[in-house]
Amino acid sequence: MVDVPYDAVTEVPPAEVAEVDLYHPRSWWTRYVFSQDAKVIAIQYSLTATAIGLVALVLSWLMRLQLGFPGTFSFIDANQYLQFITMHGMIMVIYLLTALFLGGFGNYLIPLMVGARDMVFPYVNMLSYWIYLLAVLVLASTFFVPGGPTGAGWTLYPPQAILAGTPGQDWGIVLMLASLILFIIGFTMGGLNYVVTVLQARTRGMTLMRMPLTVWGIFTATIMALLAFPALFVASVMMLFDRLLGTSFFMPALVEMGQQMKYGGGSPILFQHLFWFFGHPEVYIVALPAFGIVSDLISVHARKNIFGYRMMVWAIVAIGALSFIVWAHHMYVSGMHPKFGFFFATTTLIIAVPTAIKVYNWVLTLWRGDIHLTVPMLFALGFIITFVNGGLTGLFLGNVVVDVPLSDTMFVVAHFHMVMGVAPIMVVLGAIYHWYPKMTGRMLNDALGKFHFWVTFLGAYLIFFPMHYIGLLGVPRRYHDIGEAAFIPSSTHTLNAFISIMALIVGFAQMVFLFNLAWSYFKGRPSGGNPWRATTLEWQTPETPPGHGNWGKELPVVYRWAYDYSVPGAPQDFIPQNQPRATPVLQGAAP
Amino acid sequence: MSAIVLFMAVIAVIAGWWLSQQRLMSKPWLEEGALGDFPAAHEMTWPAAKIGLGVFLAVVGSLFALFISAYSMRMNMTDWRTLPVPGLLWFNTAVLVLSSVALQWAYVAARRDDMEDVVIGLCAGGVAAVTFLVGQLLAWQQLRAAGYFVASNPSNSFFYMITAAHGLHLIGGLVALGRTTAKAWRGVEMPQLRLSVELCAIYWHFLLLIWLALLGLLTGWTDEFVDICRRLLT
Amino acid sequence: MAVAIILLLVAVGSVLFHIYSPWWWTPIATNWSYIDHTISITFWITGVVFFAVIAFMAYCVFRFHHKEGRQAHYNPENKKLEWWLSIGTAIGVAAMLAPGLFVWHQFVTVPADATEIEVMGQQWQWSFRLPGKDGRMGTTDVRYISPENPMGVNRDDKHGQDDVVIESGELHLPVGKPVKVLLRSVDVLHDFYVPEFRAKMDMVPGMVTYFWMTPIRTGTFDVLCAELCGSAHAQMRTKVIVDEQSEYDAWLAQQKTFAELSGRNAVTKATYRSGGK
Ligand code: HEM
Ligand SMILES: [Cu+2]
Ligand SMILES: [Cu+2]
Repeated sequence: MVDVPYDAVTEVPPAEVAEVDLYHPRSWWTRYVFSQDAKVIAIQYSLTATAIGLVALVLSWLMRLQLGFPGTFSFIDANQYLQFITMHGMIMVIYLLTALFLGGFGNYLIPLMVGARDMVFPYVNMLSYWIYLLAVLVLASTFFVPGGPTGAGWTLYPPQAILAGTPGQDWGIVLMLASLILFIIGFTMGGLNYVVTVLQARTRGMTLMRMPLTVWGIFTATIMALLAFPALFVASVMMLFDRLLGTSFFMPALVEMGQQMKYGGGSPILFQHLFWFFGHPEVYIVALPAFGIVSDLISVHARKNIFGYRMMVWAIVAIGALSFIVWAHHMYVSGMHPKFGFFFATTTLIIAVPTAIKVYNWVLTLWRGDIHLTVPMLFALGFIITFVNGGLTGLFLGNVVVDVPLSDTMFVVAHFHMVMGVAPIMVVLGAIYHWYPKMTGRMLNDALGKFHFWVTFLGAYLIFFPMHYIGLLGVPRRYHDIGEAAFIPSSTHTLNAFISIMALIVGFAQMVFLFNLAWSYFKGRPSGGNPWRATTLEWQTPETPPGHGNWGKELPVVYRWAYDYSVPGAPQDFIPQNQPRATPVLQGAAP
Repeated sequence: MSAIVLFMAVIAVIAGWWLSQQRLMSKPWLEEGALGDFPAAHEMTWPAAKIGLGVFLAVVGSLFALFISAYSMRMNMTDWRTLPVPGLLWFNTAVLVLSSVALQWAYVAARRDDMEDVVIGLCAGGVAAVTFLVGQLLAWQQLRAAGYFVASNPSNSFFYMITAAHGLHLIGGLVALGRTTAKAWRGVEMPQLRLSVELCAIYWHFLLLIWLALLGLLTGWTDEFVDICRRLLT
Repeated sequence: MAVAIILLLVAVGSVLFHIYSPWWWTPIATNWSYIDHTISITFWITGVVFFAVIAFMAYCVFRFHHKEGRQAHYNPENKKLEWWLSIGTAIGVAAMLAPGLFVWHQFVTVPADATEIEVMGQQWQWSFRLPGKDGRMGTTDVRYISPENPMGVNRDDKHGQDDVVIESGELHLPVGKPVKVLLRSVDVLHDFYVPEFRAKMDMVPGMVTYFWMTPIRTGTFDVLCAELCGSAHAQMRTKVIVDEQSEYDAWLAQQKTFAELSGRNAVTKATYRSGGK
C-alpha cells in the first residue's frame, strides 16, 4: 500500500510578493478617503454612481409624470422635459452604468478574481476616481447654472446642441462637454489599471482560460472603452471649439430665428459618425460586463459549470471586435450615403449570432442543473428575459429598412431601455446581492430581496414591453406631449398613464433596496467567507471582507478553471480554484 | 472614418496575435493542476509599467486616428482652403527628431550603466522637446500674424487643434521625463532608472511618429500619397 | 414552481398582448407595404425565438429547481449542439436580412418618373416647394434667406421663378404618382415624418437628403418632426393631403409662385440680370 494522490496534481509553492509592492495606508484619510486600495476605490465609485443615478431615476419619474398625465404638472414645460431626458440618458449610460460596471465591479472584482493584491498602478487608480467625482460634480452643477442643463438629448447632435433654440445653450452644453472630457480622462486612468492588472498581475496558474467570465467581460469591455472613448473625446473637443471659438467643424451655414449665423461649411453628420463610433461600442461596454457577471451568477446558483465556456469566451471577443464596425446603424435615416445601409445592416445582424449563442448557453446551463432560486439567480433569470426581448427588437432596428419607420419613435426608447437599461440593471442588482456578503460580511435580507426583484422585474417589463407598441403606432420620442394627431387612439393615453404609474412603483422598490443595503450592513445575517459555496478566488480570501492586500501572506495558486461545480466523484458540489486536488488525498487507499 | 478603421484593424491584428498565444482552444476543464503540468500559456514577462505604456499608446493612437479621420472627412467640404504650412515646422520637426535621438541615446547609455550619459541624454532630450514646443507656439504666432485665425477656415481650426493636442501630450511626457531626470540626478540605482528611461524613449518615439503622420496630413502629402496608391490600384 | 409559472406567463402574456393589442401601426398610405411585410417576417421569427427561449427557461426552472439530494449534471460543452444552434440562428438572421436588404435597395432607387418636391424644415415649421410649369426647381442657398425670401431660393435661377412656394402651410400630393421628396433644413436637424407613409429621412442643414414614395390612397395625414430640434420640437406639425388628380390640380392653381410672392422688383431684377448675360 502506497500513498497515492487521487490525481497527478503536483502542488506548487505559492508566490510570495515582496512587501515593497504594497502601498500602506497610514491614516484614516488615506485608508478611507484618499485610499489607493482598489476595494475602497470600488466602493467610492459605486456610491458616487448610485448617488448620481438616483438623480437620473428621479428625472425619469418627472418625465413619466409628464408623459402619463400631460398638462397636469405645470412645473414641467417642454424645455425642462428636454433637459430631463438629456440628463437622465447621459447619467444612466455613462455616469451610472459605465462607472458602476468598470469603476465599481471592475475595481472590486478584478484583483480578487485573478488573485492579485491590488491594481497594478494604485495611485493612478485613485486619481481616476477623483477625476470621475469631479466630472460628476461638474455635470450636477449644470442644474444650477443660468439656463440650466443642456436639452440637446444625450446624443448632443449639433447644430441644435449649441444653438439658442435648445435649452442650456449658454452654460449647460459647455459644462456637459467639459464633464465628458473629464470623465474620459478619469476613465482612461482607471481603464489602464484594469487591463494591465488582468494582463500582468494574474496569480500563478491563472491562465486566461481559467479566468471567470466576469473578468473576461470586464476586461474586454475596458479595452473597448479605452479605444472608443477617444471618439467622444474628439467630438466633444471639436464641439467646444465650435461653441466657444466659433469654428465650423460641425456647423454648416445656417439661419437661426431669421438670423444668418457666422458658421459655414461644416458637417453635422461628421459629428454623428464620431459620436456613434463611441456610442455603439458603449452599448457593449455596458453589456459585456453584464454578460460576464450573469454567466457567473447562473453557474454558481445552478451549481453547474457554465455551458460552453470556450464559446462564451470567443463570443465575448467576437462581439467586442465586431461592435467597432456597426456604428452607422444609428444613422440609417441621418442622410448619410444610402449604400452604407447595406454594409452596416449586414454587420449588425451578424453580431446577433455570437450574442444568441451566449443566450443559448445561459439557458443550457440551467438544463439539468440544481437551480437554487436565490435572489441573484432570480435577477439573472430576469436579465435573460429582458435581454432576449431587447436583443430581438434590436434585429428590427438593425435591419436598415425596418428601422426607417421605427427610428426615433418610442419603439427605439423601449428597445434600448430593455436591452441596455433594464437588462444590465438586473445584473447590477443581482451582482450586488451576490457579492454584498463578500464586501460586508453580511447577507442582504432575502424577503426584501425577493420583493425587490419581483416588483422591479415585472414592473420594468410592464413599463417597457407595451411601450414598443406606442412606438409602432408612430409616436416619436423626445416629445413632452403627443398632443392631438389622427393616428393616435385615445386609449394610448390610458396606456401612458399606466406606464407612468408602473415607473413610480418600480422607483419605490429601489428605495426598499437602498433600505435593505443599509439595514443589512448592521443587522444582516453573518455570511461567512463563502456563503454561495462558489469556486472563484474572491470567495477564498482569508478574511471577509478581504483585508488590505487581499490574500494575507501568500498569494493563492490556481489549479483549475473557475467552474468546477458538481464534478462527478468530488465530495462537494464545488471545488475552489485554489484547491489542488478534486478529492482529499486518501490515506492508505488502494491505487 | 477610414483612418480610425485602419487603426482598429491594426489593433485587432495585434490583439489577435496575442490571443493566439493564449491557448484559447484548450479545454480548461480537462487541465487540472499547476501551470507546469501542461504546455504553458505564454506568461507576461514585461513589467506592468511597460504594458501600461503600451496600452496607453493604443489609446493615444486611437485619439489621433480619430482626429485624422475627422480631418479627412471635413476636408472634402467645399469651404476648405488648405493652410500654408509655416516653414518653421520643418525646423521644429528636426528638433523633435533630435529630442527622440537624445532619449534613445540615454536609453542605450542606461543599458551600458553609464549614468553620466543618461543624464546628458535626458537633459538634451528635454531641452529639445521644450524647444519644439516653443517653436510650435511661434508657428501659431506667425500664422495669427498672417491672418490665419482659428475660426476663419476649418483647415486652420484643425491645425490649431491638432498641434495643441500633440503639444499637450508632449507636455505630459515632459512631466514624466522631468521625474526621471530628477531620479537620475538623485543618483537612483541604474536598474530602477533603466525602465523609466526606456519608457520615456518609447513615448517620445511614438509622439514623433504621430507628429510625422500629422505633418504628412497637414502638408497634404498623405493625400497625394493615397491618391497615387489609388491610381496604381485602378 | 411559482417562479416557473410566472416566467411562462411573461412569455404567454407578451404574445397575447401582441395579438390583442389595440396599438398597432397606422394603415399604410404609400407603396411601402414591403416595409410592413419585412416587419411582419421579423415579428414572426423573433416571436418564435422569444417564446421558445423563455419557455425552455421556465421549464428548466420548473424541472431542475433545487431539491434535497439533487445533483447537477456535469457537462462542460457540446460542440455539436452549439454549432447547430449557431447555424440555425444564422439562417433565421439571414431570413430577416435578405428581404430587408432587398427592400432597402428599392427604397434607395428612385424611379425615373418621380416628381421632385421639396420640404424645408426650420425651427419650428414646415415649408414646401413644388416645381412650376417647367418641371424643375430652382437652386437654393441658406445665404439667400431673408424676410422676403424665407426659403432661400436663388433669384438668379430662372427655374426658380415659377416654383410654387407654400410657406408654413399644408402640402397636397396627387394620389398614384411617385414623388421624390427632397429634404432641406436651414437651421438644425429635423425629420419629415408621416407615420402613414412609413418612409422618413432626416433633414440636415447644409445638404439635401431625400426619399421617395407613391401615395396609394387619399386622405389627410399628420406631419410630425422626428428629430429633436429644440424647444418646440413636439409642436412642429402640419398636414399633408393626398388628393385625386383633379382636386390636386384645383389646389395647385390657387398657389402662388416664387416670383409672385417675392414681388415685382425681385422679378425685374432677376430678368435684368439674366438678360444682361
Ligand atoms: C424605470 C426606469 C426608467 C424609466 C421609467 C425611464 C424613462 C425614460 C423616459 C420617459 C425617457 C424619455 C423618452 C422620450 O421621451 O424620448 C427616457 C430616455 C432615456 N433613458 Fe430612461 N428610464 C429608465 C431607466 C433607464 C436606464 C436604466 C437607462 C440606462 C441605459 C436609461 C437610458 C435612457 C436613455 C439613453 C434615454 C434617451 C435620452 C434621449 O432621448 O436623449 N433609462 N427614459
Ligand atoms: Cu448600436
Ligand atoms: Cu423636431
